[in-house]
Amino acid sequence: MSLLTVRDLSVRFRTEDGPVLAVDRADFEVGQGEVVALVGESGCGKSVTALALTGLLAPNATVTGNVDLDGTDLLALPESRLRNIRGRDVAYIFQEPMTSLNPVLTIGRQIGEVLRRHRSMRGRAVARRAAELLELVGIPLPQRRLGEYPHQLSGGMRQRVMIAMAVACLPRLIVADEPTTALDVTIQAGILDVLRHLRDETGTAILLITHDLGVVADVADRVVVMYAGRVVEHSNVDALFAHPSHPYTRGLLDAVPNPARHADGGLREIPGRVPVVREPSDACTFADRCSYADSLCRTQRPLLEPWPGGHPVRCWHPLPARQGALI
Amino acid sequence: MSRYVLRRLLESAVTLILATIVVFIGIRALPGDPARTLAGEESDPATLAAIRSSYGLDQPLPVQYLRYVQKAATGDLGRSPRTGLEVADSIGHALPVTLQLSAFALLIAVLIGIGAGVVAAVRRRKPAEWAANGVALLGLSVPNFWLGQMLILWLAIAYPVFPASGFVSFFDDPAQSVRHLLLPALVLGSGLAAIVMRQTRSAMLEALTADYVRTARAKGLGSAQVVLGHALRNSLIVVVTIVGLQLGALISGAVVTEQLFVLPGFGKLTIDAVFTRDYPMIQGVVLVTATAYILINLIVDLLYSVIDPRIRVGGTAL
Repeated sequence: MSLLTVRDLSVRFRTEDGPVLAVDRADFEVGQGEVVALVGESGCGKSVTALALTGLLAPNATVTGNVDLDGTDLLALPESRLRNIRGRDVAYIFQEPMTSLNPVLTIGRQIGEVLRRHRSMRGRAVARRAAELLELVGIPLPQRRLGEYPHQLSGGMRQRVMIAMAVACLPRLIVADEPTTALDVTIQAGILDVLRHLRDETGTAILLITHDLGVVADVADRVVVMYAGRVVEHSNVDALFAHPSHPYTRGLLDAVPNPARHADGGLREIPGRVPVVREPSDACTFADRCSYADSLCRTQRPLLEPWPGGHPVRCWHPLPARQGALI
Repeated sequence: MSRYVLRRLLESAVTLILATIVVFIGIRALPGDPARTLAGEESDPATLAAIRSSYGLDQPLPVQYLRYVQKAATGDLGRSPRTGLEVADSIGHALPVTLQLSAFALLIAVLIGIGAGVVAAVRRRKPAEWAANGVALLGLSVPNFWLGQMLILWLAIAYPVFPASGFVSFFDDPAQSVRHLLLPALVLGSGLAAIVMRQTRSAMLEALTADYVRTARAKGLGSAQVVLGHALRNSLIVVVTIVGLQLGALISGAVVTEQLFVLPGFGKLTIDAVFTRDYPMIQGVVLVTATAYILINLIVDLLYSVIDPRIRVGGTAL
């Protein structure tokens, strides 16, 4: 039984330019203590999916489907009950730690808020626990940091503070939305170490949203590939890197710089860009950018089904296994 | 921090000296002779000369200025030729009236302005926002003197709920003081309330879409905590700036309001002094006003650093 089961999740936005279908009937699971990566280009619906899980989207969004967290359907819960779950059972880490932390409140206050809210802690106990959390995520001199403000910390330290806030109540699921994208490469490794360490220590599951396949290879157990609001392929990491079956996944992997493969110079990129989907369509949303597309792809929606001997893929013409690992 | 305050105080002293020089020269450049005003149009030259010499008006300007500064430094602002009273005493009586009126007006403006601004931002595109915007537009458009007269007509004369004039100090009788000051403070504060409301609203609209507000919601905080603890806290810096900038207008507005409600305040003192060429009184009034402006600015700047820790490095890093 999975910790998180997402079924038929659709997200529509009403915008001034008309409706936008940001997520189209997405299905995926996250098991206990598992690190699942949600990958795709910008605009594929990854972050929207993440925010939709606990009702954090703006009021112009309509979310339908089923988000089951350990037997509770989150989408059916009223806002007041969702508030009890946010930060306690499902915690978030966002991309840009400078803007995601409140600039005018101390680190201690911001971590303390979670403890006061969900653990009913008061007074000294809050400061003590907050210091422990900072230590847990590898911040030196935690006592001193509690009284400091976000601008007094480096980018990597700020992201560690975000992580400390997220793990404050030992959540069952941490949703990390591009947690390393805004950071230096050298800092990224440290942050990923912290996440991995937390998973091992606390057994929390992590839904890692990223477009960085290096990060995926580094920490994820399983991968869910999204394209234009649809899940197009999911698999465990090794199988996905060894045998990408969807042409889009293959395209993503080919776009990763690799000195050995790209000795001849330029990177291979996927032509075109992610379309804005307004209505559910009967075609494969990737058809316009796909070199394998035929009339079937343009008229019929492929289902997310395992192809013989492989993992689930939403494609009429899944790619055969090819020789050699990619990364 | 203390070095920053020290530097600001030194700057303030320079500003103050410049202000006194400008006023000192300015009022003497105006047409009109204080000695003649005092003695009457028909007085003989000998009387005029005697008056001039008794007030030191026959001395060269720099000497007059230095004497003035020398005395002012010891708290002696001179004696008004018109009333025969010490300028410092007159100011001492008028200042509390204006201070209490302004403080009350400021309180009303900030409470109404921030409250309505927050509501307008949170209830975006709902009737509550339209109502708040409409009232703010009215507050900005309606002139003080008209609003004051209407309030007097309705609430003091037609339905005598409040007195039309008079002043009771808050420290003597708080209830009576509020009763006397409510209408004038409402008149004086209405424009500022509208400005504060609009600034609060736009700052809140921006803050509510900020990443840290999403983080606060993702922590499971309730809307009151998210709106007041996170978004409003960040919006206050804008509000404090606006209030600081507008306090000058509030003090000038007090002149009109005091005339309207016949309050024996600073505004009335200033107007009487200017119309009668009462040099010592004008100088005293301007000195106190300039000091008040400088103090207000200093307080606003210090408030910034309380509200926004990023400014706290102040004099060194910025």
